Amino acid sequence: MTWFARWRWAALVLLGVTFLLSFWKPDDSQRLVLWHAYDEGEAAALRQVLDRFEAREGVVVHDVRLPFGVLASRLESAVRTGNGPDLFIDAHERMERYVAGAVVQPFDPSSALNDALDELESAHVDALSRAGAVYGAPLSAKALALYVNRTLAPDVPANATLDERLRAGFPEGVWPLITEAENAYYAAPFFHAFGARLFDPALVFEDARVFEEAGVSERTGGYEAASEAGAAALQRIATYFREGLLPPEPSGALVGQLFGSGQAAYAISGPWLAPQLPDDLAYDVLPLPALDGAGVLQPYVTLEAVFRAARSSHPASTDLAAFLVGEESALLRAREGRQVVSHRRAWDSLADEPQLLAFRRAAAGGIVMPSHRRMSQVFEPTTRAIREVVRGGGSPEDALDSAQARFLRSVEALPEARDPAPALVVVGLLLLLVMVQIARRMRDATFRTTLAASRPAYRYVALAGVAVLLLVIGPLVVGAFMSLFATDGVSFRYVGLTHYASILSADGLSLFANGSFWRVLLITLVWTALNLVLHVAIGVALALALHRPGLKFRALYRVLLIVPWAVPNYVTALSWKGMFHSQYGAVNALIEAAGGESIQWFSRFATAFSANVTTNVWLGFPFMMVVALGALSSVPKELYDAAKVDGATPWQRFRYVAWPMLWPTMIPAIALGAVWTFNMFNVVFLVSGGEPGGSTEILVSEAYRWAFTRGARYGYAAAYAVLIFGVLWLSTRSQVVRKALQ
Amino acid sequence: MTVASDSAGTPRASGKTRDALRSAAIHGVLALATAFALYPVLWVLATALSGDVLPAGRVVPLPQDATLEHFAAVLGAGDGVFFVQLANSLLIAATTSIVAVLIAAPAAYAISRLEFVGKSASLRSLLATQMFPGVAAAIPLYFLLNAMHLLDTRFGLVLVYGSTVVPFAIFQLRSAFDAIPIELEEAAMVDGASRSEAFYLVVLPAARPALAVTTLFAFMTAWNEFILAATFLSDESRLTLPVVLQRYVGEHSANWNAFAAGAILVSIPVMALFFRLQRHLVGGLNAGGVKG
Repeated sequence: MTWFARWRWAALVLLGVTFLLSFWKPDDSQRLVLWHAYDEGEAAALRQVLDRFEAREGVVVHDVRLPFGVLASRLESAVRTGNGPDLFIDAHERMERYVAGAVVQPFDPSSALNDALDELESAHVDALSRAGAVYGAPLSAKALALYVNRTLAPDVPANATLDERLRAGFPEGVWPLITEAENAYYAAPFFHAFGARLFDPALVFEDARVFEEAGVSERTGGYEAASEAGAAALQRIATYFREGLLPPEPSGALVGQLFGSGQAAYAISGPWLAPQLPDDLAYDVLPLPALDGAGVLQPYVTLEAVFRAARSSHPASTDLAAFLVGEESALLRAREGRQVVSHRRAWDSLADEPQLLAFRRAAAGGIVMPSHRRMSQVFEPTTRAIREVVRGGGSPEDALDSAQARFLRSVEALPEARDPAPALVVVGLLLLLVMVQIARRMRDATFRTTLAASRPAYRYVALAGVAVLLLVIGPLVVGAFMSLFATDGVSFRYVGLTHYASILSADGLSLFANGSFWRVLLITLVWTALNLVLHVAIGVALALALHRPGLKFRALYRVLLIVPWAVPNYVTALSWKGMFHSQYGAVNALIEAAGGESIQWFSRFATAFSANVTTNVWLGFPFMMVVALGALSSVPKELYDAAKVDGATPWQRFRYVAWPMLWPTMIPAIALGAVWTFNMFNVVFLVSGGEPGGSTEILVSEAYRWAFTRGARYGYAAAYAVLIFGVLWLSTRSQVVRKALQ
Repeated sequence: MTVASDSAGTPRASGKTRDALRSAAIHGVLALATAFALYPVLWVLATALSGDVLPAGRVVPLPQDATLEHFAAVLGAGDGVFFVQLANSLLIAATTSIVAVLIAAPAAYAISRLEFVGKSASLRSLLATQMFPGVAAAIPLYFLLNAMHLLDTRFGLVLVYGSTVVPFAIFQLRSAFDAIPIELEEAAMVDGASRSEAFYLVVLPAARPALAVTTLFAFMTAWNEFILAATFLSDESRLTLPVVLQRYVGEHSANWNAFAAGAILVSIPVMALFFRLQRHLVGGLNAGGVKG
């Protein structure tokens, strides 16, 4: 009694505290809210700027720093519900998406802001205006540049091409270059050098008639990488890798690691690399050079700008925007936040910042990234094409052609709107049917007695029922209904079952083509089965070992074996990804130490899939081990002893004594484990990321891609989610799961 | 069979050596499994302890330019706001787990002991909730919390987390209650206790291990959740640790050292709970462990 009373008290006190804390909010009606996703250094500089503004204008500015990955989707739902900020800072290439989605509104044409804009780089201002309306005020530019290690890189003429620099000869163990060239953003300068464009907004032609009138022979949807020049650029990148000028599988972490520790002579990266480098590293920053037999490497330029959120009516927001882009702020942001600021005159006082000046020159030589909404769809297919060529050795032409096909598929016009009337009639009829059914049962006397007898039970169930209905089932049903609507984040229309038809028919491609629902389903089923078998086998084996009477260090083993379960899986999955790196990963190091050949884990399906499975088995075995330990402790010791006396082997004792008692108690855990594994997004997304070519994707990660990396097709993604549910639901018809439910 | 006949015929001494050998083999297996379990985590630790670079070496996870500066940086971020965020995470996770168990326990009891109309349907819908990818509910939940004026509040997050955990908690507790001999409550009820007295005074105390483990699960779910927290919270002083951690990973650059240091710090409370509850853990996860 005392125990439970204490427990209930603790719960009440905690709930009360949380509840009170929720409603204790500072009075925020007067303050200006600014959202951004800056890194630490830039955020600190921004705060200094805001402090000065507050001191001057007497307006409180509340800056909210969000994780980069959630900023855009957060803005869309927040602004729609009136919870948005007054201002936010984001890259200019999302501007059109924000304009179309009514997330931003133009600034009031005030004289203060106009004067401030006159002092900025005019190309930057132009990129953020549409039809005379200023949607964003540019703060700074970001572009790739060449980092040169002074000690490692030999003296070359200032106009030496990249190829000349990389073939100059370097000490043993030093890579000539490190850059994430497998990533489309980092590869873009190569495409530009060969005269290719990744994307040209002038060639989009959304309307088929315009497209015919323009007399363009081939419909590209604006995706221009699949050209002769593009193939040549991709070929050059692949050559760099093949000749060992670049380490395999470069990642952001590896760039900082190798260049920072003097294991790479050159790096191509943006201003964000500099703060990660050790203080004692002697290096220069140069604008990107030219390539042999091609032009200058021109990076994409991204402009960070401050936008005015729709629905914001704070009178000081335009003033703050003007102050943010102004000279005083620009100098602070340049010196403290290391930004390449858009303010022209500020640079007169920045002559003592050679590195910033170099980044400025790099940005001046670049191409301002198109802000067309389709631009964001360019990267995924192109990155995949580069990997296909670099890792799998495919032909550049074919890879880029299929990239173009994938691009076109992700920007496809939304399916046509349908009349919701038939669906409404069907739903109405179903509801009527249900009501009639209920009414009929209510008239049934025996049913009424059972219902009355159920009343005490309902008292116990009520609270859980309401909570789950309102906060779990309700939102899920609403989410499922979204599958009947098509949206690309901007327009929204009812399309009926079109999404299901398109998914189940694999969009007219062959049913088992790469990326088709049926193929991904098959992979997901294999994935689930393989993981479960290994989870249970390893878990039970370890439980049996731990269960041995008189075992020393039992408690220690038990705690250490649970560690994979305790550390957040989004961290350990990344750790595993690093361990599977072909050149620097621990797994290959171990294989080599054992005399084996190192493996390019993510270049073939079988190895990439094994990497995912290994990670997930590591994550999941402790759960099954603990379940099995619990189950084993319920096997009476006498049974074991009796079997031993009868001369049963250990295997026989396990098979005929322990297992029959283990199995039934483990069934609920196995059923839940199956569902969790089936939807284990983190591992697939973080370890293989679908590589190679999306072949290791499972259903839930495929759904995620449709929602977040392929043009915000929430409806399409919701249809995927419903199908996932459907598959799992069908599986509950199986004997095993039924037993668990009984 | 051959092994069995061998063992029947061998003298005692060699039986002892074989026992010792078997014990050594078991320790070998367990040590190997422990190494497998710890290895990736040691890499995270080595990264957290390295200077501004990643750990050196390829096989042995050793920190390079060992330093505690990243831990200091994470702990000292924003003039102690880390500790406010830690307190948020603790408060939210603790309240979530207790709320979830409070809601789930009576329901699980009713499912275990009583008959009622709609029982199998509700069981099936509970399982169904586990099958739907949770992200699908994020946007509807956003609108729901907005309507309830609970956006950017810890209370709102507790409500959402608490309900999300309820289905799992019901499954767990129900199998624990199933394993408690019904005679226990019947005896209490014969002695004059009402059913709810029997539930609160007899059944719940008997199910303590399962309650502890379910609480731990609920705690971990709320403790590690990122997507909903990042969707609903924005005020710096209301954020939970996973959201804070995620901010070390930017669009182009990531501070892996600080990310790793934060991850280690985030794991410590969960490890401590595991350690504290491990006695229950073994008995509480399923029916079998709860002995009447």
